Amino acid sequence: MIDIEIDGKKLQAKEGEMIIQVADEAGIVIPRYCYHKKLSIAANCRMCLVQVEKVPKPLPACATQVTPGMKVFTQSPVALAAQRAVMEFLLINHPLDCPICDQGGQCELQDLAVGFGNDTSFYHDGKRAVEDKDIGPLISTCMTRCIHCTRCVRFGEEVAGLRELGATGRGEHMEIGTYIEKSLRSEVAGNIIDLCPVGALLSKPFLFRGRAWELDSHESIAAHDCLGSNIYIHTRRNQVMRVVPQENESINETWLSDRDRFSYLGITQATDRITQPMIRQQGKLQAVSWQQALTHAVKGLQQVCSQHGAEAIGALTAPTCTTEEAYLLQKVMRGIGSHNIDHRLRQTDFSDQAYDPFHPGINFDLAALEKFDRMLLVGYNIHREQPLAGLRVRKAALNGAKIAAVSLLEHQYNFPLAEHKVVASNELIPLLAGIAKVLVNAQGEVSAQEQALLKAIDINAQHQELAALLQSGEHRCIVLGALALHHPQAAIIRSLTQLIARLANANYGCFTDGPNTAGAHIAGALPHRMASGAKVEKPGLTWQQMLAKPMKALLLMNVEPEHDVANSPAAMAAVQQAEQVIALTPYLTGALAEHADVVLPITPFAENMGTYVNVEGRWQSFRAAVLPQGDSRPAWKVLRVLGNLFELNGFGFESAPEVLAELREHLQQSDSDKQGQWYCPQTLDQHSDNLERVTECSIYAVDNVVRRSRPLQDSLTTTSS
Amino acid sequence: MELSAKARAEIDKWLTKYPPDQKQSALLPALHIMQDEIGYLPREAMDAVADHLGIPHIAVYEAATFYSMYHLHPVGKHKISLCTNVSCMLRGCDKIEKHLKQRLGINFGETTADGKFYLEEVECLAACRNAPMMQIDRTYHEDLTPEKVDKILDSLT
Repeated sequence: MIDIEIDGKKLQAKEGEMIIQVADEAGIVIPRYCYHKKLSIAANCRMCLVQVEKVPKPLPACATQVTPGMKVFTQSPVALAAQRAVMEFLLINHPLDCPICDQGGQCELQDLAVGFGNDTSFYHDGKRAVEDKDIGPLISTCMTRCIHCTRCVRFGEEVAGLRELGATGRGEHMEIGTYIEKSLRSEVAGNIIDLCPVGALLSKPFLFRGRAWELDSHESIAAHDCLGSNIYIHTRRNQVMRVVPQENESINETWLSDRDRFSYLGITQATDRITQPMIRQQGKLQAVSWQQALTHAVKGLQQVCSQHGAEAIGALTAPTCTTEEAYLLQKVMRGIGSHNIDHRLRQTDFSDQAYDPFHPGINFDLAALEKFDRMLLVGYNIHREQPLAGLRVRKAALNGAKIAAVSLLEHQYNFPLAEHKVVASNELIPLLAGIAKVLVNAQGEVSAQEQALLKAIDINAQHQELAALLQSGEHRCIVLGALALHHPQAAIIRSLTQLIARLANANYGCFTDGPNTAGAHIAGALPHRMASGAKVEKPGLTWQQMLAKPMKALLLMNVEPEHDVANSPAAMAAVQQAEQVIALTPYLTGALAEHADVVLPITPFAENMGTYVNVEGRWQSFRAAVLPQGDSRPAWKVLRVLGNLFELNGFGFESAPEVLAELREHLQQSDSDKQGQWYCPQTLDQHSDNLERVTECSIYAVDNVVRRSRPLQDSLTTTSS
Repeated sequence: MELSAKARAEIDKWLTKYPPDQKQSALLPALHIMQDEIGYLPREAMDAVADHLGIPHIAVYEAATFYSMYHLHPVGKHKISLCTNVSCMLRGCDKIEKHLKQRLGINFGETTADGKFYLEEVECLAACRNAPMMQIDRTYHEDLTPEKVDKILDSLT
């Protein structure tokens, strides 16, 4: 530690730290544009000039290392004169159009101009004007306002790993842009809107919609991937206006994926949002009161129950439901007498479900992703599934981590890979088994069962290479993505990867679907487990079995049969055949409009409260940012009333936290196994040589809200060429 | 666009001079090689160089737009660069400029209709002792008079 002094305040600093870092920590304000704590130091804006004792000229605080005994003055006449002069230079070319600029009121330049700018300028010549670029449907540009801090360029190069923006031309002719007209491809590009200290890069969907000072800010949790990024939902007069990141160093740092940032448009711009309960009468859906709709639903379900038994009723929910909703849904279903409840709608192999851990996830912290030095990604299109996890892994890669990727499709990785294998669907298991066998041979600490399993496997050079990668290094991990977890033989893949992780002494993780797969597991929205993991003696049906049977009555919560289930034709057919389809949904799709008997309008994420459990097992509760639209209601309230109408016990909840408290109580009393056990497959043989479907869920098709965000959909088409 | 075998070989020769993880170092010579071959730098040529060096496309655009000796649009077959700095000015380059513009019928920054000549104004090319001077392609022509300019231009095919 070094002792330094800033503005007469004695401070302790680490060796190698810059003045601005020490000042920031101590709460001393130094103005800046180009410096950002998450980006490299450019020192090109010169706004942070400060005076240092015994140095004749002012120095940039962002690029000057502290030295023992250093005395820094940020407010001295020399420092202020320098900062004022820099401000005057910047304002030569910056237009004074704050009244029509979206950044007005939240602009670093505007703020500092008030603090450091002169009220008159000596400059009388023409100002330069720069053509605006079209960089896609998410980001609007006004390049004349650019002050060339290059934060956006550095973000692309350093953080996103996809250098799309650059500074072309020289001197007066320098411009920030893509040079050729193109949309940004990066799935985290929206962050440059936050990074831009002026109004050059703005949110296109939010453009001219509102002023920063009119907005109310609500803390919330992003609802589209299993990281649970922290966000602020900005609202005005009960309308969601935009979403911005909330800093959380252990999850999303200061970033947010475009999916989480722009998904709100799926709420505000959706054309098929429903806000009135409906029941089918004479073949047509008719708007009715909640009372009528709910009694109709209960009557329908009771009829099916008495005719075909409770086992003829099934419930499906997407992993976007909150933990409270999942808990209540299973409580209603189990109250009626059916264990047929599932949320794992994109998974297709459940043969290992009895061995599942308490909830799938990762056995390390998200922040640790950047600390591993050896990683194996299995079927994991990381940048498209959890974009911000990709940024962490990229940091590890830049620190020298060796990363291997094995997948069924060619994904784009924005970091260097040590090994990159794309294999056919039926080659994945032999490949993993080969790696396991190399490790078994090296270690020898395996049970007879495992030995027998791998007996017939021949090792080749590829296996040895990948195994060697996992045998070296200090911190290793294996992570599985959607293509592995949705594989028709996912159970064997899980089994083998767990074995490899154990043999290689590596961390292990599954990056799951939606924001709340873990929460839905804990709440017991599963056919084989009750709340808090208690085993069901005679498990109910998985979604596949429900659709195959098919069910006489289906209860769908946030599920669109066309899009949310791995086998959508089967889902459509099941919906068509069921006598009773009760849909809890914010939107009315074609299949539901045609076949649902009761439609109960529920609220999407910003209008809902609840708890998501992320992939680490971190519980994060959030409150509604706006009131429900029209007559729609949060699903937990609907389920509570359903429970009461069925005259089930224990549905007296008055708030969502009470629901959560009951689940937590269950958890405290539960003594069920939280770890799960290793599943040993009977054989590694492939099921058949039939054609196999290998598909990914597109990044902007993961749930009903995202699918309705027009700008996100447009951004896919504009970058596909 | 694919690099021609010749261009590829020349660029690869430059690449041997730099560490394998710093291929970007060969960017400027690579762009010259492409410009010599094509006459200017179309976007496809820049993309091809970027892909060959394994650097982002935008990094090549940045370098190509930074330097004035790279042409991003088609120019004439012969590039006439006339110096108009102090030494040449004192030795009468304005006469040469007038003569060139008259004879070719173009201004600075333009190409003749037949596509043969491109005329540009440049800063000092360090041949002051024999001012006025111009550079045509890679050759310096010094102590210029209008008659000498005519002879030089006539000799070019």
